[in-house]
Amino acid sequence: MTPESLVRVEGVRKEFGAVVALEGATLDVDAGEIVALVGDNGAGKSTLVKCIAGVHAPTAGQILVQGRPVHFASPVDARGEGIEAVYQDLALADLQPVYMNVFLGRELVKGPLRRLDRVAMAATTQTLLDELDVRIDSPRRMTRDLSGGQRQGVAIARAVHWSRRLVLMDEPTAALGVEETRRVEEQIRRMRDRGRAILIVSHSLDQVFRLADRICVLRRGTQVGIRRTAETTGDEIVAMITGLR
Amino acid sequence: MRDPRRPVVYVAFALIFAFFALTLHDDGFLSRTNLVNIVRQTTPVTVMAVAVVFVFSAGEIDLSIGSVVALSALATADVMQTHSAVLAVAAGLGVGIGVGIVNGLFVTMLRLPSFLVTLATMGVVAGLARSITNLESVAVESSSFIKLFGSGDVGPIPGLAFWAAGTVAIGYFVFGHTRFGAHVLATGDNAGAARVAGIRVDRVKFGVLVLSGGAAAVAGILYTGRLQGASYTVGDQALLTVIAAVVLGGTSLFGGKGSVIGALFGSLIMGVLTNGLILWGLSASEQLIAQGVLLLLAISLTMRVPRDELR
Repeated sequence: MTPESLVRVEGVRKEFGAVVALEGATLDVDAGEIVALVGDNGAGKSTLVKCIAGVHAPTAGQILVQGRPVHFASPVDARGEGIEAVYQDLALADLQPVYMNVFLGRELVKGPLRRLDRVAMAATTQTLLDELDVRIDSPRRMTRDLSGGQRQGVAIARAVHWSRRLVLMDEPTAALGVEETRRVEEQIRRMRDRGRAILIVSHSLDQVFRLADRICVLRRGTQVGIRRTAETTGDEIVAMITGLR
Repeated sequence: MRDPRRPVVYVAFALIFAFFALTLHDDGFLSRTNLVNIVRQTTPVTVMAVAVVFVFSAGEIDLSIGSVVALSALATADVMQTHSAVLAVAAGLGVGIGVGIVNGLFVTMLRLPSFLVTLATMGVVAGLARSITNLESVAVESSSFIKLFGSGDVGPIPGLAFWAAGTVAIGYFVFGHTRFGAHVLATGDNAGAARVAGIRVDRVKFGVLVLSGGAAAVAGILYTGRLQGASYTVGDQALLTVIAAVVLGGTSLFGGKGSVIGALFGSLIMGVLTNGLILWGLSASEQLIAQGVLLLLAISLTMRVPRDELR
């Protein structure tokens, strides 16, 4: 990888008090590429994602956006660099309409009184949902009424709309059924085709091999290696995850 | 967006109004004087209810509003003994906003539940209200103050109606049509989601608590204008009445959902009910029982979670 890659993580380390959650990870993600992050529970996957998302500040190491070092004090800073996250626990406000979730915290306003522009937000949301093939009958529907897959579709639509560079996804299909998982995977591919870089955490190796261009393996906070999906096998990845060979 | 349980408040208002109109027809329930009286009596409750819609929608609660009404009323009346009405109103408002700031700071800086913080300030403020005038009531004589905040009329319409209408209009706009309103709802709905979306959740919580403190102060000033004086008993039942009004109006105590227009109608229901029960000859204690029963009925109808929704 060139040092000018879209987003580069360099020796990122994270300690929580005396506990080292992540020894040090170095990883490049480029535009139009899906990179999977795999490893057992406690391997440090979510910690790494949260460092890039601005939720955690790394104890050491740095994050570079197109070669430029950045420091995220909060997710707002990360978003300022075009990095969006889709969280495992579906960070949606249930009692609000779908379009409000897409525009949460960044609502559109119009006129001198800065009135909410609900019409524009609903229309933009409808376009996004159509492009991603998220099937929801109306962007004005209350989010609580959606299925798990539809909800994940909303979270993805939000990430697509606001991300300019990288979308982070922590177990995006963990709570979904087979058909819904297939649909969300299709949405992830569509995001890649629109030029986003995608870093996805997944427990499902099948999914990783279906989606990812490269696979980064973590074990107990240590980066074990990175493989091109086309040049590796499930057995090799499993061996790397477990440390057994 | 549409919740099937929401129209309950409008139907309830129509039914209760019709019921009293029929049964109390001969007692002058529908007379102009009586209807104007209902408006006058409900205005302070409406003002507070609008603010409490914001508080509940943000997932918080403010138990101190009743005490703030009393202390603000007394501060206003007391300052007016020796100073101008303008300064007196500023003092009254300052008390309410000050208590709101204290509530907000404890809730956001120390991350304490607003239920406990405002339970404590409710006690402190009630005690202050009793002590600053040694339980004495204070009369107000400024006729311009009384006109503006109490008995004044604009043509055939009582001046207090404008206070209620103005508060509802502003509250409706801010709640439903501004980013602040959207952030209040998001905070009460899912504070974690709101936070990662960049919404300053603490600022929202602080804001709604200052808002309810300020609204309670305005209510205290309006009571002072209507009663032409203040005492520590002003606002005694305000907390129960306001919460009943807001909940009747379809606002969720758990946040994320609220209605300003619903709260207005909730407040009108409480006003009509009190008025009708007085005309029926019920005593103050019996009215209190009736209000409590209505609140129970209201929450049973509007807040009960259907079994299949329990998760």
